[in-house]
Amino acid sequence: MPDAQPADPPKHEPSNGANDARRHWMSVLARAAADELEQQLSASGGAPTYRRLRGPESGLVMVRGRAGGGGAKFNLGEMTVTRCTVRTEAGRVGHAYVAGRDARQAELAAVFDALLQDPARRDALHVAVIEPLAERQAAARAAVAQKAAATKVQFFAMRNMRAS
Amino acid sequence: MIGSTPIDVTLPGFEDPVGQAQACFRAVLDAMARPGTLVRAGEGLTPPAPLDSATAAVLLTLVDHDTPLWLDAKTAAARDWIAFHCGAGFTDTPTDAAFALAVAMPDLLTLSPGTHEQPETGATLILQVRNLTGGTRYRLRGPGLRATASISVDGLPHDFVAIWQRNRSGFPLGVDLVLCAGTTLAALPRSVIVEAD
Repeated sequence: MPDAQPADPPKHEPSNGANDARRHWMSVLARAAADELEQQLSASGGAPTYRRLRGPESGLVMVRGRAGGGGAKFNLGEMTVTRCTVRTEAGRVGHAYVAGRDARQAELAAVFDALLQDPARRDALHVAVIEPLAERQAAARAAVAQKAAATKVQFFAMRNMRAS
Repeated sequence: MIGSTPIDVTLPGFEDPVGQAQACFRAVLDAMARPGTLVRAGEGLTPPAPLDSATAAVLLTLVDHDTPLWLDAKTAAARDWIAFHCGAGFTDTPTDAAFALAVAMPDLLTLSPGTHEQPETGATLILQVRNLTGGTRYRLRGPGLRATASISVDGLPHDFVAIWQRNRSGFPLGVDLVLCAGTTLAALPRSVIVEAD
């Protein structure tokens, strides 16, 4: 199929490309707790009329890793994932895959994904929901990282110790 | 998301995937064990055109990414729904298909009859017909039937008896047939003998 637009190289900033923007909000929603999502949904006008196309249903996915980030792929282990797909009255299909077994979280995240695809509501929802959630998640991550950093052990090579 | 063409799905699948799939599996099992018996399947499903409820239920129950599915031209309209809810792998070559879905009888010789080492790899044809309570009557004999049974099907080709004889001639190789109409299904495993009634 001829492609009119040049293929974009993969980018990771949320502002670049519709797919990356969606990837960003989906990852933020997947990390948000069900209670948080529930509050945000009622604060931003309540849930639209929607029907569930699939799920919410829980299953296992195999997480694969690479040693050192560049080695051969290996199966790290399985993790529980819950997924849900909803379709709003406006015809927008929202998907969510979240870690764990919280069906409510998956459903709400899917509803938000559908709402965020509506260009008329996207910006408002971004400011009201996604950005605050993302900030809170980043702060929580930073707090854990800080605590862990305080316990970091510095290993000196013999050569370095002699030199100092 | 995979691929560049987004999948357009507007209708749900099973509401209770585990329970409903088990019930439908049991229905298919019963139908296969007693050829020609009408069993109910897929009640409450809202599949997209041109699929009937029973057809959709059989697909949701049996088809997944490990079982290549071949669609005929008419059922291709439901491709997105099948892809989304079954996670099905599709094939354009009937020979590679583990399952074939059709509303008009395709040439059974184009489907895989299995191999002598593994006859169970023969394809299963899911054929949606107009009616399983009226139409042409056939007499059935063979494993699973103490006496002869009969089935009436509206939607099979007029030379079906000859087609089935050919399918049976290579036994244990051959194609199994699941007939679906509305919320009813019946099965004709490759072992059954079909005669005009």
